[in-house]
Amino acid sequence: MNIFARKFAAMALLAVCLLPPPAAAVQPDEVLQDPKLEERARSLSAELRCMVCQNQSIDDSDAELARDLRVLVRDRLKAGDSDEQVLDYVVARYGEFVLLKPRFSIRNALLWGAPVVLLLIGGMVLLVASRRRPGRGPAALSGEEEARLKTILRDGD
Amino acid sequence: MSIELGHFALVLAFALALVQMCVPIIGGQLKNETLMRVGEPTAMAGFALISLSFAALLSAYVLSDFSVLNVWENSHSAKPLLYKITGTWGNHEGSMLLWVLILAFFGALVALFGRNLPLTLRANVLGVQGAIGSAFLLFILMTSNPFTRLDPAPMQGRDLNPILQDVGLAVHPPLLYLGYVGFSVSFSFAIAALIEGRIDAAWARWVRPWTLAAWMFLTGGIAMGSYWAYYELGWGGFWFWDPVENASLLPWLGGTALLHSALVMEKRSALKIWTVLLAILTFSLSLLGTFLVRSGVLTSVHAFATDPARGVFILGILMLFIGGSLALFAWRAGSLTAGGLFQPISREGALVLNNLILTTATATVLIGTLYPLLIEALLGEKISVGPPFFNLTFGPLMLPLLAIVPFGPLLAWKRGDLWAASQRLFFAFGAALLVAMLAYVVIDPSSVLGAAGIGLGAWLVLGAATDIVLKSGFGKATGAVAWRRLIGLPRSVFGTALAHAGLGLTMIGIAAVSTQQEERIVALQPGETVEIHGFVLRFESLRPFTGPNYTEDQAHFVLNRVTGKPLGAVVSAKRLYQARQMPTTEAGIRTLGLSQLYVSLGDRTPNGALVVRVWWKPFVTLIWLGALVMMAGGAVSLLDRRLRVGAPMPRAKPGKAKVAGEGARG
Repeated sequence: MNIFARKFAAMALLAVCLLPPPAAAVQPDEVLQDPKLEERARSLSAELRCMVCQNQSIDDSDAELARDLRVLVRDRLKAGDSDEQVLDYVVARYGEFVLLKPRFSIRNALLWGAPVVLLLIGGMVLLVASRRRPGRGPAALSGEEEARLKTILRDGD
Repeated sequence: MSIELGHFALVLAFALALVQMCVPIIGGQLKNETLMRVGEPTAMAGFALISLSFAALLSAYVLSDFSVLNVWENSHSAKPLLYKITGTWGNHEGSMLLWVLILAFFGALVALFGRNLPLTLRANVLGVQGAIGSAFLLFILMTSNPFTRLDPAPMQGRDLNPILQDVGLAVHPPLLYLGYVGFSVSFSFAIAALIEGRIDAAWARWVRPWTLAAWMFLTGGIAMGSYWAYYELGWGGFWFWDPVENASLLPWLGGTALLHSALVMEKRSALKIWTVLLAILTFSLSLLGTFLVRSGVLTSVHAFATDPARGVFILGILMLFIGGSLALFAWRAGSLTAGGLFQPISREGALVLNNLILTTATATVLIGTLYPLLIEALLGEKISVGPPFFNLTFGPLMLPLLAIVPFGPLLAWKRGDLWAASQRLFFAFGAALLVAMLAYVVIDPSSVLGAAGIGLGAWLVLGAATDIVLKSGFGKATGAVAWRRLIGLPRSVFGTALAHAGLGLTMIGIAAVSTQQEERIVALQPGETVEIHGFVLRFESLRPFTGPNYTEDQAHFVLNRVTGKPLGAVVSAKRLYQARQMPTTEAGIRTLGLSQLYVSLGDRTPNGALVVRVWWKPFVTLIWLGALVMMAGGAVSLLDRRLRVGAPMPRAKPGKAKVAGEGARG
């Protein structure tokens, strides 16, 4: 279903983006002279969403709008903006939807916090469980049961 | 006529699935053997009926019967035969029919190979399978009937989406569904155990081969899909963190955790409740994936609202099965007794850590995938969660997991010795470090991260090899003895080693290609060249070509080394499919060793030059070769006698298998 439906998505994208003649994403004429600046432009482009496409960055997209945004990013960089300023500028125009990496904010706390919190909770549960175990006294199995278990396990091991 | 027959068979299969759902479970409650035995024949007959139904649709596609709405919408008489066949499941209705076909296939397999299961367990398992089957058959019949007729029949069909006209469609969806749906068996076993309120180590042993098979297929399906996207979409990415991709990754992560926890349960009868929960969650994630992809909810909450029938129906199925099974779990889990004890440093401890990290990673991907929907539904705002988020969260979670993988198999059950295991891994660690340093010095001194990633991959491969070497006793025993022991090792030991090594290979590929790929974007006139990574690509000419149902502009290139050594031609094309007037890119790919040169065409510039994008993708093939090795690991494990037997072994012959088992402990 994965690529399969991704391809339907790609189809929708093609319908929206590609009806003007198809084009490769970054065009040779867009590339900046300064390789340092171009590299920054590329990594910024990878963080910005193509608004008319489905889950594609402007770096990957063929759409006209993506091209406009790529040129915009490069113009801002040439004007001397920092990466942060460029992103702020684009967000001010298009909203946070344009960011593929959501900002750290209260609204996104659950999103960014979840991995850390889950790992901590899981770790704590395990720690408590392993601490409590020895306190519960000897193993729940009787000697006879242990022996039986051993023979069963030997069977399978 | 055959279409009506197929439709009728599907309705009959639905009725039969209802019987399969009710009768065996009721029989189990009443302890009535006759009722319990109803499960097997109904499962087999259900499979036969759905096969018949599927064959009917398939034949309509092969014969280009445009009086069937579904065929008219998705096929064309000029389409090559292979794509007529694969087009059967290249659309919503057909792919759902494939889904239930595979579900019924697994049900029939359980009926066929589950003869050594206790009668009540088998009855309950088949009953739950029947419940899933009837829900999805009803879904197809009510909202997604592939057998709807069209009158009058048009002369020509609307053709299959060109991007799907590829061998990938023959392999990817069936493999993926075998994985997705395969987890239904683990789910049914879990529910059956909860219904009975009884679960033991033998249960884990019965469940493990099914989980293993599903995991193996899902691994292949995901890898195949990744490679397909890589060569077809024309910008050479192998993973996009697209919600649809995540929908397939989630059950894979859950299934991987399940494989490992079921191991603990089988060997040490610990983690019972957790294993049952994981079995439920893994299939729930499969169902969730089906819902996300099939309802269209991923595009937007609003797209969902415009055609709600299908989405709401699957959402209902989703809530019924996930909610129902979790409620049953909450109610009955208490009756399952907790099992064996173990020290934190032990094989069990390592597997628990594996589960902790994998579950957190699963939750992270799940939340990242659903968060935009949540925000849109709650606040009405639109946000995007894309690759940068997943790389920043999933990556750091998985790296420590990969780093500890080689320790797991070297630790003893119950109480392990971390220091001893570290000593045994000393050689592997040193060699991996050497690989990382070599990667740093030789390949690219600018990327520490890439070198570290490659070193980590090498650590996994070498760690897996170490495990095999130690267990067969090379170095300690004489060569001949060690060789005999190596041959006698249980297959599952090789399976583990292969799967872990495959993971390492994939890791090497990902690390190399994401940090050291090179790219050139140029506009070329015929005769002009572009240089990349010691290769020279010369653009020769642009020639038209006509295929069976498309026309294309083929750009012919000649590839040489900088030194002048010729490497032959590379052809990359832009294709236009006639029926839908839809363009696709056909990338030119040249495999050199494990790396690839990837050539993709852009537009013509106003002065007549052709825009060409060329990538050098170092070790990129390892990403998918690694997945193949993982699959091989799964297959080798499945061949292990202990799993094939499927039930506690007869006491009779203390033969070979047992001796081998002793060797495995080393």
